[in-house]
Amino acid sequence: MTIRHHLTAEILLSYAAGNLAEGWSLAVATHLALCPDCRAREVQFSAIGGEALEDAVPAELSDGALAACFALIDLDEVDLNGEAQQPLPPVIAGTPTLPEPLRGYVGGDADSVRWSSVGGGIRQCLIKVSGEAKARLLYIPAGDKVPQHGHRGLELTLVLSGSFADGAMQFHRGDIEVADEQVNHTPTAGPGEPCICLAVTDAPIVFKSLLPRLVQRFVKI
Amino acid sequence: MIDGSRGPSQTWEDLLVAVSATQDRAAFGLLFRHFAPRIKSFLMRGGTSEALAEDVTQETMATVWRKAEQFDPGKASASTWMFTIARNKRIDRIRRERRPEPDPNDPSFAPSPAVPPDREVSALQDAVAVRHALGELSDEQREVVMLSFYEDASHSVIAERLKLPLGTVKSRLRLALKKLNGLLDPTVYGGMS
Repeated sequence: MTIRHHLTAEILLSYAAGNLAEGWSLAVATHLALCPDCRAREVQFSAIGGEALEDAVPAELSDGALAACFALIDLDEVDLNGEAQQPLPPVIAGTPTLPEPLRGYVGGDADSVRWSSVGGGIRQCLIKVSGEAKARLLYIPAGDKVPQHGHRGLELTLVLSGSFADGAMQFHRGDIEVADEQVNHTPTAGPGEPCICLAVTDAPIVFKSLLPRLVQRFVKI
Repeated sequence: MIDGSRGPSQTWEDLLVAVSATQDRAAFGLLFRHFAPRIKSFLMRGGTSEALAEDVTQETMATVWRKAEQFDPGKASASTWMFTIARNKRIDRIRRERRPEPDPNDPSFAPSPAVPPDREVSALQDAVAVRHALGELSDEQREVVMLSFYEDASHSVIAERLKLPLGTVKSRLRLALKKLNGLLDPTVYGGMS
């Protein structure tokens, strides 16, 4: 599997710095699971964090900070000894469609997703994340188009199964599309099999009245 | 013991390995004295109050103790590894969010391709290359890159802090990252001894 569409340096840097909201981080981390190239770049960006830490002007700690830390450590060890062993996650045969960390967020692999229809054969499943970004899985039947949409901000779309085309560009498993507000696009699922992808967008505009919010919830992709 | 100092040939990496191998409290004390004040300062620069920064610093260092056995000196320098722990603690305790990360033991995880031994880049080389590459940036470019590592330092916060238009910050960062990308390509520096 060769990944052709990667994350931008800006996004990788923000992930390494820990500045991304959870939804964006979920798309980044799931892409990293499938893309050794971006992983190598992320490691280097984290090393910049190591430099930033070395460069930090030391702050004064309270007296007895080290002793307090040892007290915390000793308390931890008592806790850990008393803690029951975590149950092992179920063994999965073969290669799951949804890599970790996404599978953990969904609560299982692609076959256990609780889809809801958004019309036109397209289905979605919202994923619970905190912060301003919204994450969802999309299911697009083979050959179908996602209704044309623009966005206020960034949109990350990571293919997990099948493929989609956006203009002249093809996206397969592991490929991620980084679309900004200038992009007005009509992604189309490839022929032969449905496309399952993770889509993360900025939170939609919040309407003041309830009705447009409800409508938006079902229409906005 | 805890008041001792680092031996002439002891690196921070050696001390972390000692913490892992023998629960060496003296070694941990030395790491604490160097890194804890820097972690606290790193947290406070992101706007965290002093009291919370102190608490989170202690929790970060307690996690360093607990996870020391996961530290692999072949994969990361001590400062980078401790940065990642402080970063994750900041997300967990201050932002109260989860940080999704890939799981190398997951069957879906795509392993990194094997690198021929003469092309292999050690963590130390990586750290040296990163330091060198940062040195090649202009002062202004380095500033926007480093500021990205402090909490909530979104582009607009950086712009405000530097009293610059947002577009200037964005283009400065883009140029800096382009330059870093060229300098940090493992196929370029991987062969150097």
